[in-house]
Amino acid sequence: MRDKSPKHRAWHHVAMAAKILVVDDDPAVAEMTGIVLRADGFEPVFCDHGDRALDVFRAEQPDVILLDLMLPGKSGIDICREIRAESGVPIIMLTAKSDTVDVVLGLESGADDYVPKPFKPRELIARVRARLRRNDSAAPSVVRIGDLEIDVTGHRVSRDGEVIQLTPLEFDVLVTLARHPGKVFTREVLLEDVWGYRHAADTRLVNVHIQRLRAKIERDPENPEIVLTVRGVGYKAGGHSQ
Amino acid sequence: MIRRAGAIGAMLLAPMRKLYRRWTHSMLLRVITSTLVVGLAAVALLGAYVTTEIRDGLVDKRIERVLAESARDVDGTQQAIDASTAETPGDLQDLVYDQFEAQSRLGGEGRSIVWLRSPSNDADIVLTPPVTEQRLVTAISPALRESIEPGGGQFWQFTTMPGSDEPAVVVGAPIHLRSAGPYELYFVYSLADEQETLALIQRVLALGAGVLVGLVLFMTWTVTLQAVRPVRAAARVAARLADGHLTERMKVKGHDEMATLATTFNDMAASLQRQINRMEDLSRLQRRFVSDVSHELRTPLTTIRMAADVLHDARGEFEPAVARSAELLATQLDRFEALLADLLEISRIDAGAAQLDFDEHDIADIARDQIEGLYPAAAEQGVELRLWVQAGRHTASMDAPRVGRIIRNLVSNAIEHAQEKPVDIAVASTQRTVAVLVRDYGVGLAPSQVQRVFDRFWRADPARARTMGGTGLGLSIAREDAMLHDGSLEAWGKPGDGAAFRLMLPRGSRGLGVRPPLPLETTADGFEALGERVPLATEAVGL
Repeated sequence: MRDKSPKHRAWHHVAMAAKILVVDDDPAVAEMTGIVLRADGFEPVFCDHGDRALDVFRAEQPDVILLDLMLPGKSGIDICREIRAESGVPIIMLTAKSDTVDVVLGLESGADDYVPKPFKPRELIARVRARLRRNDSAAPSVVRIGDLEIDVTGHRVSRDGEVIQLTPLEFDVLVTLARHPGKVFTREVLLEDVWGYRHAADTRLVNVHIQRLRAKIERDPENPEIVLTVRGVGYKAGGHSQ
Repeated sequence: MIRRAGAIGAMLLAPMRKLYRRWTHSMLLRVITSTLVVGLAAVALLGAYVTTEIRDGLVDKRIERVLAESARDVDGTQQAIDASTAETPGDLQDLVYDQFEAQSRLGGEGRSIVWLRSPSNDADIVLTPPVTEQRLVTAISPALRESIEPGGGQFWQFTTMPGSDEPAVVVGAPIHLRSAGPYELYFVYSLADEQETLALIQRVLALGAGVLVGLVLFMTWTVTLQAVRPVRAAARVAARLADGHLTERMKVKGHDEMATLATTFNDMAASLQRQINRMEDLSRLQRRFVSDVSHELRTPLTTIRMAADVLHDARGEFEPAVARSAELLATQLDRFEALLADLLEISRIDAGAAQLDFDEHDIADIARDQIEGLYPAAAEQGVELRLWVQAGRHTASMDAPRVGRIIRNLVSNAIEHAQEKPVDIAVASTQRTVAVLVRDYGVGLAPSQVQRVFDRFWRADPARARTMGGTGLGLSIAREDAMLHDGSLEAWGKPGDGAAFRLMLPRGSRGLGVRPPLPLETTADGFEALGERVPLATEAVGL
């Protein structure tokens, strides 16, 4: 079994081709996506049936999953939820429907990002790279916020010595906010810093993930004390950090 | 100042308006009021007539009696005087007193007596004329005294008792006192009894009228309520139906007109329910179809898109004809994608499946972002974009991506038709409305074209190519998007003078205000008055 710690994975990314699992039932789309990924130095693996996706994921342990929502067998939403239950691996949804409900449902079931079909190869690669990019800046390695202790290099968050499981994306959001306590981040800035979007994108990405993050780190998610909403502007880290 | 005056006016008007609202909203109130007004008027008229008749009858009879009595007594007195032999002043005075006493006895308590020396009396003997009460003299008017002539008949007049407002009748007659000359004899009859009787009758009448009006009101109220109650019930059920409770029905009781109303109403509701269910089924089918088409089309398109881009990126290695083909493939694919996206969007709106995500935004910020984004394309066409924003905030609840799309569509449409002249964009708001005006000075539109400009796939000039890559659906979608916000999108144009498009969105739930924040027709000089010129970031970069 490979070590799944994000730090370790970052090292993998530098040392060898990152493995990308493409879950899509259309052979042409899968093959073409494979060509594009290979051209950019990634190693694609494929799965064309919803019922097999979880097995392939467990066997291949990919670094990023590209997941089509409409699949024969188990739906993309269910697969997303099941993978999330056992791993924080970045999941990017490929959606043919730009239907709002589907996008929100996908994000809520644990997807980190989404790319609407049809997409340009460059856009897909940018989204994949953003999810592989690690927060490697030389900032303090341990940040405290409220009663949370964040070990940035070790990718661990704990409260009173008890570790809280966060996905790499949720961890990125928390660290971005916590490094500048009190500073207000607009949704657009967060999209750029965390998701790597260069231009205006779907701000629902931010809303959904803030909700998920709060559900994990706040004592009372209804009255957040760590990730605060600044009405009409965005979010900021609250609590007294030392 | 004007505003304050207006506020005070509004404050004064508010209760009136409330009253008017109640008046127009309640049939019961109107019927009761009408009944009350008509009933009171009828009773008042009737009462006035009856009282007058009774009073006249009472008084006439009394006067008849009074006149007969006084004529008899005057006659008796004159005869007694004529029969007497008194000649000396002392005897005459005694005679007068005797007569006075006799008259007082005859007349009883209701009658007072006044003797007066006639003004034309020039006899040497001066007697003291007796009176029951000295102040009664003032009750006798000079006009009455003038009409009484020696040897003439009796005259009478209404008056009031001095010292009180009791009505009274004065009857006067001449008396000849032998050598003492002519005197006048007045009887003053009090009408207090008649007045009392009349007052009693009036009280009884008023009481009767009050009871009658009350009874009529109660009857009207009961009858109206009987008629209004089923109507109100129908209104309530209709409101529930309108709210989407399609299974709501009226209760059918008995076999009268109200039961017919209820039955007909229920038939209508059932028919409506059937229609709506069918529409919903159709809409659901349509939505599914759009969704399926979307998915089925996008899947192959995804492959084509990636393949085309891979070819396009590698075109440097191809021979010129193949390289150019790869380029054309990629650019036309962009156009195809835009067209597909617009088509799907418009079918989604048609199917009523569009979902809006409302949030407070400043429309000036959205306009600015879109204009910045279009600046390079405009510069490429030699078109200058100028943004004018009225001072203050222009926030409203809106779906930002849709509003952004409306503005993008309007501005790119303006750039396409600007003929290298500038395009002015103005943003302003009133209390209830935010507005964006996009004005170009290019080819313009004829009135007949203005009507068709929002039609799908319509082109003002079919020979012209689409330079901005428009799909022909942009303005239609923009109009639909404005409608989804309960707003409006209007067009104006004049051949050779350009065209203007005005988007207006409501700021609250009360809809658009009456006064538009921006005029639809303006000239290029007019924009300075509309707002402050906002510098664009892209201008500074020198694009």
